[in-house]
Parts: sequence; C-alpha cells; structure tokens
Amino acid sequence: MHAPVSAKAVVSLSNVHKSFGALKVLDGVSFDVGPGEVTAIIGQSGSGKSTALRCINALETIQEGSIHVCGHAVHDPALDRRALRRDVGIVFQSYNLFPHLTVEQNIMLAPTCVKSMSKAEARELAREVLARVGLEAKAEQYPEQLSGGQQQRVAIARSLAMKPKLMLFDEVTSALDPQLTGEVLKVMESLAAGGMTMILVTHEMAFARRVASTVIYMHQGKVWESGPGSMLDRPQTEELRGFVGSGL
Amino acid sequence: MPGFSFTHLEFLAWAALWTVGLSVIAFVGGGLLGFVVALARVSASRSLRIAAIVYIQLVQGTPLLILLFLIYFGVAIAGFDAVPAIIAAGAGLTVYSSGFLAEIWRGCIQSVPKTQWEAAECLALTRWQRMTRVVLPQALRLATAPTVGFLVQIVKNTSLASVVGFIELSQAGKLINNSIFEPFTIFIVVAVFYFALCFPLSTWSRSLERKLNVSRR
Ligand SMILES: Nc1ncnc2c1ncn2[C@@H]1O[C@H](COP(=O)(O)OP(=O)(O)O)[C@@H](O)[C@H]1O
Ligand SMILES: [Mg+2]
Repeated sequence: MHAPVSAKAVVSLSNVHKSFGALKVLDGVSFDVGPGEVTAIIGQSGSGKSTALRCINALETIQEGSIHVCGHAVHDPALDRRALRRDVGIVFQSYNLFPHLTVEQNIMLAPTCVKSMSKAEARELAREVLARVGLEAKAEQYPEQLSGGQQQRVAIARSLAMKPKLMLFDEVTSALDPQLTGEVLKVMESLAAGGMTMILVTHEMAFARRVASTVIYMHQGKVWESGPGSMLDRPQTEELRGFVGSGL
Repeated sequence: MPGFSFTHLEFLAWAALWTVGLSVIAFVGGGLLGFVVALARVSASRSLRIAAIVYIQLVQGTPLLILLFLIYFGVAIAGFDAVPAIIAAGAGLTVYSSGFLAEIWRGCIQSVPKTQWEAAECLALTRWQRMTRVVLPQALRLATAPTVGFLVQIVKNTSLASVVGFIELSQAGKLINNSIFEPFTIFIVVAVFYFALCFPLSTWSRSLERKLNVSRR
C-alpha cells in the first residue's frame, strides 16, 4: 500500500482508479508532490497523463482511491469545486483563451468575478502577471492577434493572476514549433525557480530532466517508474528504456 | 366602380405599419421567452431541460394558425372577456417565435467549444458567470445571422393574425379587394410591401453570415 499521506504534501494521490466505461485509464495511481516541488509526468500518448491532471483538478471524478490537493479532499462528492479551483491553476495544450476578450480582459475576468477585485486593481494585477511572462505590450490585443507561444504565455498569466498554490500544465508546448516552445519553457522554468509547486505533463525530456525534482513515467494507467530526473539516464524498466530511446 | 387609388395605397401603408408593430411585439416577446427557454434547455437541471424540450416540440409541432385560435378562443372559454385582436395575435406570435428562437439559440450556445466552459470552470467562475461572461458573448456572435433570418419568417407569418380579426397588411388587402375587386393589382402591391420589409432583413442576415465566416477563418 501507499505510504500514509504526508502532512506537508500539496498533492497526494493514493490508489486512484478511473475508467471511462469499460476502458481503464488510471489503474491504481499513487504519488505525492511536496511544496515547491516540480513533478514531470511523461509517457506514451494514451497512458492516462491528462486524465491524471484532470482528476487532480476535479474535471473528472474517480471511482476508487483518494486525492488530496491543498487541503481539499478531491475524491469527496461534497467537494467545494470552486474553492479547489481558487487554489489550482491549469494550462491546456490548446491555450483556451477567451476569444471575445482582450489579453488584459482574459486575465481580469476571474479576479473580478471570483475575488471581487475592483477593475483598477485587476488591471494592475494583469500588468504585473503579463510582465512575468514578458507580454506587457500585448495587453490590449485579442488572442487571435498573438502567436501560439504568446497565447500560451497569456494563458499562464491568466492562471497566475488567481495566485494559485499549485499549477498544472498539460503538454503546453505540444502545439508549438521549437522556437516558440523555448519561450514558454523559459516562463515555466522561472515559475519553478520562484518556488511554485507544479505538475507538468510534457514531451520535453531535456526540460523534465533539468527542472523537475521528480519524474513520473506512466504506462498503461500506472506509475511505471518514478524518481529524480537522473532516472532517465538509467531506466529500470524495458518500457521506459524504449520510451527514452525512441528519441522523444 | 372606382379602381385602385392613392387612398387604398395609404390604407395599405398603415396596415404595413401594423405588420411591423406586430412583428416587433413577436420578436421582443418571443426573444425574451425564447431566451429563457434556451437557458432552460442547456441548464444543469434535467427536469428543466426536459420541460424546455417539451415546450419547444409542442410549439414547433403546432401550426401558428391553431396557436392563434387556441389563444383567441381559449381565453374566452376560460371565462374572460374576449381579448383584443392585437393581444391575441401578439401572444400567439410570441409563443410561436419563442419556440423557434429557443432552438436556434440553444444550437449557438452549444456550438461554443466545451473547452471554453472548462477553462472558465478552472478559473473558479460560477456556472452563471461562465454562461454570461464566457459562453453567451461567443454564442451571440453565432446567433446574429440566423436570428435576423428568422425575423423574415416572423414578418411573413404576421399575415395569419387576420384570423383573429387583426388588420395587418394582408387583411387590409382582402378588405380593399372586397370593395373594388381588383385582386391582381391589390395583391401585387401587398407583395411588394412584404418584399420591402423582408428583403433588407434577409440581405442583412446574409452579410452578417459572411462577416462571421471571414472573421472565423
Ligand atoms: N472523456 C473521455 N471519454 C472516454 N475516453 C477518454 C476520455 N478522455 C480520455 N479518454 C481515453 O483515456 C485514455 C487516456 O487518455 P489521456 O489521459 O488523455 O492520455 P494521455 O494524456 O496520456 O495521452 C485514452 O485511451 C483516451 O482515449
Ligand atoms: Mg494528454
């Protein structure tokens, strides 16, 4: 069995099972993420990485096991989802910016709606988080006027404006060409350096090895192998060896 | 027997104004009611969704003529004084429009990608905030062209209001014809009036659609 939940863990999954109909997607997943830690989840497409992130954020409900996130019992049917979402930011591969709002309005929306911040305060905050992702100059633009990398940085800024305790990233650079990937990774690296607790699903092996305190290799809905980044140099299982060797 | 004269034309022009007035009532009333029904149709509550589906199916499956009769005679049977023609016609067309507008708008709301709902949900917005701040503004853009297109249907369907004694454009044509019996001339003029009302609307609808397609590339 999984070790007892560490009192300090920001995220703790214990024996999590999740199926879509007859399809078993998570098959007894357990792991902890401590404060300030960066955990990278890698694995073949279809191995359940996105589903794991979505379960942590209560976008999916699980059938068995427990998930604790920032003090919220996510598996509990009585979970206060909005309280959870105030503590957890998530960034998707497809950015999902609101196309009818400017960059600044995208960022101001949640602070004004959820935290009842005044327009002026929220605008101030928007400038601040845009500065952190290097996009102050784009505040008045609409998402469609930005490059993919810029849109993704705005999506990160939009999450940061809620001052989350945990950030989830689901293949946020997979839709970008290499040059734009770099600018997004740089933003994530600076977040990590600033002490943000992060879980990121990624195909960027070099980035995972350098930035992550823990790497989790998922295979067939299970945590197949996990350890520090250096684990990628000496895979213990055939499957991870194959995955690393496939040149991704 | 005097032929078609300027006085007749003037009478038709007045009647055309009533057609416009009735169309406005039907659109505003039907729009408000239809909006509520559309929201119920996509709500989180199963019973509200079912109620909305039943309402839409009933309204869409009933000829407007029957709706008008039901309201006109139904109110009298229910023991109230006979309703004025404009109220009966306005109510009938309101119900009729609401059933169709609700369905058009439901489609627009549901064609906003699910990822937009999700992104808003992940930012801790309430369901109502997600709807009003994120989904409806995007649905509105999609809805403009088909909504204006449906206005044309409303304008044409006001002609049925004559059955409850409301004098609008086509009823005015009939009345003139009863006195001078020049059906061809009269109804050509009536048709021209309808065309003058509808053509700008359908042109507008098509240009809105084109604009939307360009901006969505
Ligand atoms: N909403 C869903 N309904 C049904 N099947 C799903 C759904 N989401 C994911 N799946 C399936 O679950 C499996 C794991 O998906 P996912 O977690 O997205 O994998 P990964 O992110 O590792 O590529 C896949 O086979 C996928 O098709
Ligand atoms: Mg995925």
